[in-house]
Amino acid sequence: MNSFLIISRCAPYGSAAAREALELALACALFDREVAILLLDDAVYQLLPDHNPSAIGQKNLAAMQQSLPLYDVDKIFICQSSLETRGLVTEALALPVTPVDPQGLKALMRGYEAIINV
Amino acid sequence: MSDSTLHILNRGPNQPDLLQHLLDAMSEGDQILLIEDGIYWASEHFAERFLLARPKVLAADAEARGLTNLSFETVDDGDFVELCVEHRRSVSWC
Repeated sequence: MNSFLIISRCAPYGSAAAREALELALACALFDREVAILLLDDAVYQLLPDHNPSAIGQKNLAAMQQSLPLYDVDKIFICQSSLETRGLVTEALALPVTPVDPQGLKALMRGYEAIINV
Repeated sequence: MSDSTLHILNRGPNQPDLLQHLLDAMSEGDQILLIEDGIYWASEHFAERFLLARPKVLAADAEARGLTNLSFETVDDGDFVELCVEHRRSVSWC
């Protein structure tokens, strides 16, 4: 398996799922695998800027997110309708993202050898 | 092997958005397999949501949950393995 699409559907901090998706993406990159991230549903909240989880005793995910481009993980796709239903726009997010509609989603699924829902 | 995807769904009607993402992600030639709590989607009440897609249902999980009047064909564990082999990739929607 050489190319991985990692799908995340959870908001950050409420569970470990968002962190695990990031860790998986970085692990794939460390092994020189092509990797992309797709954010669906509440996962779009992962890219709100200005996280500060110190008061809830958790590590800030922003540092990990900002390290993604350093590991050449620069393909971050985001569900257009998930953004819209939550009143968000791509310009307000912490990393550059590519919005996808259902047609784009179909193409994404066919572009990767392994697809992992985290 | 055709360039198709097996979409495995193991969550029920509690998570309607998950089914919608799966349906949006489907291309022609893809197959849906309903397992675990996903089998509840096979009840007649939800059949229209799948439009032209014909999901398969893991028999043991439907039997275990007492769901009868399934709208779709059931498969056993051996068929599950064959489905995985027949498709280029499989994705678990969970």
